[in-house]
Amino acid sequence: MATSLISNHPATNSERSRDSKRRKKKKINNSTNQNSVSQSRNRWKTETEQQIYSSKLLQALQQVRLSPSPASASASASASAPRGGRAVREAADRVLAVTAKGRTRWSRAILTNRLKLKFTKHKRQRVSAAAATRNIRSSKKPRVSILRLKGKNLPALQRKVRVLGRLVPGCKKEPLPVILEEATDYIAALEMQIRAMTALTNILSGATTSAPPPS
Amino acid sequence: MSGRRSRSTQASAVSRITDDQINDLVSKLQQLLPEIRDRCSDKVSAARVLQETCNYIRSLHREVDDLSERLSELLATADPAQAAIIRNLLMQ
Repeated sequence: MATSLISNHPATNSERSRDSKRRKKKKINNSTNQNSVSQSRNRWKTETEQQIYSSKLLQALQQVRLSPSPASASASASASAPRGGRAVREAADRVLAVTAKGRTRWSRAILTNRLKLKFTKHKRQRVSAAAATRNIRSSKKPRVSILRLKGKNLPALQRKVRVLGRLVPGCKKEPLPVILEEATDYIAALEMQIRAMTALTNILSGATTSAPPPS
Repeated sequence: MSGRRSRSTQASAVSRITDDQINDLVSKLQQLLPEIRDRCSDKVSAARVLQETCNYIRSLHREVDDLSERLSELLATADPAQAAIIRNLLMQ
């Protein structure tokens, strides 16, 4: 996996343009719901997306690593420099949301959640832009409240849907079909995230051969 | 199931999301879940699918957390020069 990650790169640019053209044509031809689901799966499965994600992730991780020095900053811990693993997780989620290009609710929710933290540090422009995007997008979709679906679903099912809605970021109050759609894309994206991070971990642990290997 | 359908025909005049659409989405979700896909690819109840989805997302989250921990440790101990080399390799 590591070698494929590196060796595929000379062909990336042409491959990326070809892939994006093919995907754009697919989107124009098939506008039904079914294909959007399979498309989201394929989108997150392509090698290209993973490479884009990996490079962005590495960039973000560089910044995360450089800013907090391990021992001294822990005493005076600011909100933006939590423990190492948490910081990496947040950076990884943020990069994942960026790679999603804001087409899905969960990605926008992740980005605006982080912006809410920064909002207290006066970054108003981004929040208003993100909120505007969210309003434009949400006004187009039909709203079927979950209360109406109560007649269709058993309460147990309803509870499970709620739990699922809480797990997927940004979908706490969404109607059932939206939650299902978001969950499909979210799962595919998470799988890609895991693949990319595993590859990155392998590269890094393979690269630290100067120190004696831990296992 | 039949009870649900008769109720839905009353509600479908009002709601724009049909039962079939929901079933469709549920089956699509089913395809993604390795648990259900590998074992019994047919006739799984919606509740089961939802439950498996929740479990699967939780396990994915856990995996990401573990990987994050490992990555943070590796980044802490790895040479800054090596990380820069890797980045250059990835961005070629």
